[in-house]
Amino acid sequence: MSIQETEITLTNIHGLHARPATQFVQLANKYESKIEVIKNDLVVDGKSVTSMLTLGAEKGMSLRIRADGQDADKAISKLVELIGSKFGEE
Amino acid sequence: MKIKKGIGVSPGVVICQAVVLDAEEYRIPERHISAGLAGEEIDRLENALAGSREELIELRDNTAKRLGKETGAIFDFHLALLDDKSLLEKFRGKIEHESVTAEFAVAVVLREYAREFLQMPEYLAERVKDVYDIEKRILRRLIGQSREDLGHLTEDVVVLAHDMTPSQTANMDRDHIMGLAIDAGGRTSHTAIVARALGIPAVVGLNDITVSVDAGDMIIIDGNRGVVIVEPDEATIQEHRRFLQRQVEFTHELDRLRDLPAITMDGHEITLLGNIEFPSEATNVLAKGGLGVGLYRTEFLYLEKETEPTEEDHYQAYCKVIEVMEGRPVCIRTLDLGADKYTQAHSLIPERNPFLGLRSIRFCFQHLHIFRTQLRAVLRASMKGDVSIMFPLITTVMELRQAKMILRDVMEDLEEEGVEVRMDVPVGMMMEVPSAALQSNQFAQEVDFFSIGTNDLIQYTLAVDRTNERVAPLFTAAHPAVLRLIKDIIRAGQRHDVGVTLCGEMGGDPEYILLLLGMGLRTLSVAPPIIPELKKAIRSITIEHARRVARHVATFNTDKQIVSYLRDQIRQVMPEAY
Repeated sequence: MSIQETEITLTNIHGLHARPATQFVQLANKYESKIEVIKNDLVVDGKSVTSMLTLGAEKGMSLRIRADGQDADKAISKLVELIGSKFGEE
Repeated sequence: MKIKKGIGVSPGVVICQAVVLDAEEYRIPERHISAGLAGEEIDRLENALAGSREELIELRDNTAKRLGKETGAIFDFHLALLDDKSLLEKFRGKIEHESVTAEFAVAVVLREYAREFLQMPEYLAERVKDVYDIEKRILRRLIGQSREDLGHLTEDVVVLAHDMTPSQTANMDRDHIMGLAIDAGGRTSHTAIVARALGIPAVVGLNDITVSVDAGDMIIIDGNRGVVIVEPDEATIQEHRRFLQRQVEFTHELDRLRDLPAITMDGHEITLLGNIEFPSEATNVLAKGGLGVGLYRTEFLYLEKETEPTEEDHYQAYCKVIEVMEGRPVCIRTLDLGADKYTQAHSLIPERNPFLGLRSIRFCFQHLHIFRTQLRAVLRASMKGDVSIMFPLITTVMELRQAKMILRDVMEDLEEEGVEVRMDVPVGMMMEVPSAALQSNQFAQEVDFFSIGTNDLIQYTLAVDRTNERVAPLFTAAHPAVLRLIKDIIRAGQRHDVGVTLCGEMGGDPEYILLLLGMGLRTLSVAPPIIPELKKAIRSITIEHARRVARHVATFNTDKQIVSYLRDQIRQVMPEAY
């Protein structure tokens, strides 16, 4: 409906490496909303795996996720859930 | 210096730098396109991406099935890369703004990413391999389909590849490719046939030549001994240069024979014709002293492009050959494909045993529109010269009658449309299946000529897959059973006054010339570069000697005895060839 934004800390061992980034992007692409991920002042497209990887986000870092669009609420909650589940790694 | 042993399938020696297909690094020169073509280039890119995507999904699902979902998920990352919008925009941007080819754009953009990944923490640096992998996958699609692959070379090279597809060889730049070395294949594989047709040395069955060589390495391909030497030392290069010099002298000597007739010492004239696959080869037939085209293979019309050839495509190709031949005979064989991309694309399930499956004339009967299109073009072209038409893989008399009936039908259609055709165009059949050979007396009453296709005849008689290198040594024309079938066909032809040509690989081997002439054969059609050598052999022998050889061969029981006897006999009259 609107712009949603939330902050979350990466807790899985290797942070956003290829597989988690892929999972994140695959999930993000299911929503119409524009999704951005922010680390410090670096803003990247949450639907692009190459952009996500350039974040170089490691364990313990905190990220902001911003969604803008009809299904922003749902997108944010599902993406947070994915990160919270440590991408099913452990 | 490394020496690799394979099977020499096309004679000659060449020293040249290598281009490696299917290697880690593709050769992607920066090449520009005219601005108007950016749209087409982007279409090519999208097709390549779509194809790669399908491949990856299949790979992922298969891997997941075999090794578990976790392992399959590796390919999810690859798929995510392919779907990455920012990546796609960069590809497109490069093509549109810098007017480069799709392959160059892909290579440049992905290598930038690879460099970026290398600077990241270790676990991400590992992903560089994935980026290279995806690059290779897309480039394979782009280059595999495009004519640029081996189509526009600027310097002489030898090509090393795991295997070559007919479409790759069809699009090869024949002025600059000096030799072929292939991991896969046997004596009569597609690559071997093409190499002999082009007259360039080739070695196949090398197993892993593509991993032993880097692009740009100096290579010697010795097609006579079936050896490939990688990065030879100076002494080896000198030795091969000297050999090349002698070879050139021998070729010049043969070229002087060009305008002399292929006549035996006791005055029997033999007709030597050329086998061709591309219209451009027709000039080579004449340059080598051939008297016509004995076998025009038309398969390349179907393999060169992604779409089915139109009647006009056929017609133009045939007319080109006919014009070059200036009234000399041109024998056009109808579509003889099977077990390859083209026919497989028309079938729902891959065939389990394609050589015994829906190929060649059988395929034509089940795809009549394709067959009729070709027949219309052949009939129209027949007005322009001495054209005959030949049906491949005929196994039963009913098949021959059916093919002739369809031909008659097409003739009537053309007549009704007011198109002029020759109603009496000679109709022949390939003799390449044992059942047909055994019935050659019956067939002789219904055709104008026979053409013996020894490659398939041997394969079907001896039950040996000629493309399988593990059984390839069992493939021999000298098997007494094969020879008996050939003799039966020649006899039936003589009895019913039906012309007999032999157009298989066997005819190009001077070892068999005495035997074949002794059996009564008087017309051979071979790869054009072989014509001079064969002519020299014919001019060195007598028919009387040939008859004696044929009688003697009939007393042997094994192919080994026959081969060594034939070698011995030809060596006596033509020692310099061995």
